[in-house]
Amino acid sequence: MNEHSNEALRWIPLLPLLAAVLSGLWLTLGRGHWPRALVIAVAVGAPIASFAIALAQVFTLATGFDPDQRFFVDNLYTWISAGDFHAELSFLLDPLSSVMVLVVTGVGSLIHVYAVGYMDDDHRDDGGFQRFFAYLNLFMFSMLMLVLGDNLLVMFVGWEGVGLCSYLLIGFWYLDDPNAAAGLKAFVVNRIGDFGFLLGIFLLFWSFAGAGVPTIEFREMAANVGLLSDRVVELPGALSFLPGFPSWGLLTLACLCLFLGACGKSAQIPLYVWLPDAMAGPTPVSALIHAATMVTAGVYMVCRMSFAYSLAPGAEATVAWTGAITALFAATIGLAQTDIKKVLAYSTVSQLGYMFVGAGVAGYSAAIFHVMTHAFFKALLFLGAGSVILGMHHEQDITKMGGLRTRMPWTWLTFLIAVLAISGVPPLSGFFSKDEILLAANQAHDIPGHEWIWALGVLTAGLTAFYMFRLYYLVFTGECRADHHTREQIHESGGWILFPLVVLAALSVVGGLVGLPDAYGELAGVPQSNSLHYFLQPVAPSPVHHVEPGVEFGLAAVTTGVGLAGIALATLLYLWRRDLPAQISGAIRPLYELVRDKYRIDELYDALIVRPLVGVSRGLLARGVDQGLIDGVGVNGVARALVAGADDALKYLQTGLAQSYVFAMLLGGALLIAWLVRGA
Amino acid sequence: MRFALFWIFSVAALGGSIGVVANVRNPINSALNLVVTMLALAGLYVLLEAQFVGLIQVMVYAGAIVVLFLFVIMLLNLRGSGTTGAEVQPLVKIAGTAVVAISSFFLLRVLSTGRAPWPDVDPSYGTTRAIGEALYTDYVLAVQVAGVLLAGILAAVVLAKKRLD
Amino acid sequence: MGDISPFQFQLVAALIFMIGVVGVLTRRNVIVMFMCIELMLNAANLSLVAFSREVGDDQGQIFAFMVMVVAAVEVAVGLAIIISLVRNRDTVNIEDASQMKW
Repeated sequence: MNEHSNEALRWIPLLPLLAAVLSGLWLTLGRGHWPRALVIAVAVGAPIASFAIALAQVFTLATGFDPDQRFFVDNLYTWISAGDFHAELSFLLDPLSSVMVLVVTGVGSLIHVYAVGYMDDDHRDDGGFQRFFAYLNLFMFSMLMLVLGDNLLVMFVGWEGVGLCSYLLIGFWYLDDPNAAAGLKAFVVNRIGDFGFLLGIFLLFWSFAGAGVPTIEFREMAANVGLLSDRVVELPGALSFLPGFPSWGLLTLACLCLFLGACGKSAQIPLYVWLPDAMAGPTPVSALIHAATMVTAGVYMVCRMSFAYSLAPGAEATVAWTGAITALFAATIGLAQTDIKKVLAYSTVSQLGYMFVGAGVAGYSAAIFHVMTHAFFKALLFLGAGSVILGMHHEQDITKMGGLRTRMPWTWLTFLIAVLAISGVPPLSGFFSKDEILLAANQAHDIPGHEWIWALGVLTAGLTAFYMFRLYYLVFTGECRADHHTREQIHESGGWILFPLVVLAALSVVGGLVGLPDAYGELAGVPQSNSLHYFLQPVAPSPVHHVEPGVEFGLAAVTTGVGLAGIALATLLYLWRRDLPAQISGAIRPLYELVRDKYRIDELYDALIVRPLVGVSRGLLARGVDQGLIDGVGVNGVARALVAGADDALKYLQTGLAQSYVFAMLLGGALLIAWLVRGA
Repeated sequence: MRFALFWIFSVAALGGSIGVVANVRNPINSALNLVVTMLALAGLYVLLEAQFVGLIQVMVYAGAIVVLFLFVIMLLNLRGSGTTGAEVQPLVKIAGTAVVAISSFFLLRVLSTGRAPWPDVDPSYGTTRAIGEALYTDYVLAVQVAGVLLAGILAAVVLAKKRLD
Repeated sequence: MGDISPFQFQLVAALIFMIGVVGVLTRRNVIVMFMCIELMLNAANLSLVAFSREVGDDQGQIFAFMVMVVAAVEVAVGLAIIISLVRNRDTVNIEDASQMKW
């Protein structure tokens, strides 16, 4: 065990925490602002340092250990100790968390650098440069706690922490009400998911404790999960409509509860509604939290709990189908959006669906692969969008853009690379990761309807290519549709912004190589080229599929073909015949408007859930119970009764006559004497 | 002899005290009845061989305090003002009497049991000399403190004087 | 002294005390009330002196003496208060001095 103990791990989350606490406390205690250079040094230095430490540790892990012995544990202290149950505050670095840590710190550092440039001239808030970076580092700390946690408790701490930071950062410009409302929406919707997450944790702990192994530590649970594989839960009669009635597997139930949490955090149906609203936050926030890191926490959690999911086929199917439907659903909404960030937001929801498809069909390494590549190109897309927004003087409507290719060349080039990557154009990274997921879906014969899942995925790939290129063409090509004044002011962004764009573009291009499927590798003479897959295998094992190279290439060809078709359609509508989109949307106006208004799901939720809930809370609970019952009867009522009763009864004692008082004294004295001599 | 004296003095004391209370017409009547009571009590003290106390009783109580009462009554010219009319709060009167009676009953029950006969005392018991010696040796502190009460004179003067404005 | 039991002295004292209490409770004239208070004090003194003789110790008499001292001063101050009360309200009826009531 000692060789697996590594005290450097704690610094990975601690450095950002220190940065956040120091800069934050300095502000809170009213000591004024740090000089900007100091803020930059601390706030950007911390994640970079974390990345360096993480890189060193992962390297040691990968090279110094046998594949099935690759893990580091850093135990800080025992947090809970109750009888047989111990929960430690400890960190685990194994292949799965290695990938996540590197992505979080690496892409996170780049985004911190970008944010220096983006927030530099921002004086809309109340001196918030330092506050922004304090929040950003706090988020980094929470996310690292989440991915490095050795047990469900530490993970949950990070889970909640990222939710909080998401709220703080979305509503960063809180003086505008819509921004604050968006932050609140994100937090509340996440809370619903967290409820499911907690239920899952409780269920797992209770079951393991009942089986004699009270633990919530991942490695211990994975080793002992066989104890629970046969346990079932009897459903109450009222739920007879559910499939699998009358009894569900215990693990299935727990995994479904956990998945509800993942739906909240990773914006799947039905809890995705907060993500598009979250675009109210500054663009670096959208890039970091809502593209690259926080939203992938759900995927990470499912992969981390793969030992449970692989024994819960019902839950797996639910995950895969939810992912597939969400992917398609969100892609359709993205077709009709006109805000540059909203398009990317729905694209994120859709790509997250892909990741869950991968996780659901037990293609865990495929899912993580897509997490990684998606972090690269989605962050790049968002950062590029931010650059465009800055250049266009905070204009976000793509119908007012155009022709930025010549005016913002670096932004244009990197954005194009990202769009190609997300559309799955080989040999960029997105192609490999998407294909691996679709391959896994195609071959997952245990999941009911998996061929349909594959088909949905392919269709979504086509749609993705279409709307991403639509975005690209509308923003960067053709005539600039902005008004004269704005057009004069369009400029390329500065070094702080461009540097991360370039690095991410490079990663989007070559990032696919770590997960290069064996079939391709063999063509190039590199056996077992899918290093990512083999790296992750001991921790998140995918069932072994032996796939004919023919099948692999064939499926890839289908997907690529569909993608190219999407690109072609977009080119037709938005490059050559720009008059067509208006005609088409005019012809199907009701449908178009429904899609553009995101199927009015928000309005549906509002009417079905929000309004009744608020009504009940306000009318019944607040007025009725709290004011009426507790205040009125309880507090005021008791006081009034007491005063009235006592007052009316006791006030006559105060007669003002000396003689009554003498009498009272006499009475008291007599009673006292009587009591004293009672025995005699 | 003693027996007869006891009864005479007791009856006088009781009669006097009833006279103090029951006299509705004139506070001077009450004061004079009070004098009778004081003197009777002084007699009882002497019967109990407390000569000094009896002496002081006559001098201080009967001779000074009641005189003071009479002074004030006459000063304020209260010959009959404000004391006529029905007695108020008969309930209080009855209740108070009942309470006192009951508690006296209890007390007396205690007191009436197991009494030893009078012990013999030496002839210097209760004499001025004996009390004086005790006061100025064992209880000299009490005497000094009681002297402080002379400040009461100041209080009386301040309270009673007319305002000069 | 043989025929008189100590109890009889106590009985007399208790009766005088009781009469004094009744007087305090029922008389409306302030000065008469005060006199009844003096009655009560005297009754207590009698009880003290009787006990003192019964025990054979003269402590009781000294106590009674102190009571007298205090009573004297108390009467002086009390009557001064009554004088100023009467001067201000022109009445010796105690019911007229009952403003501190509900």
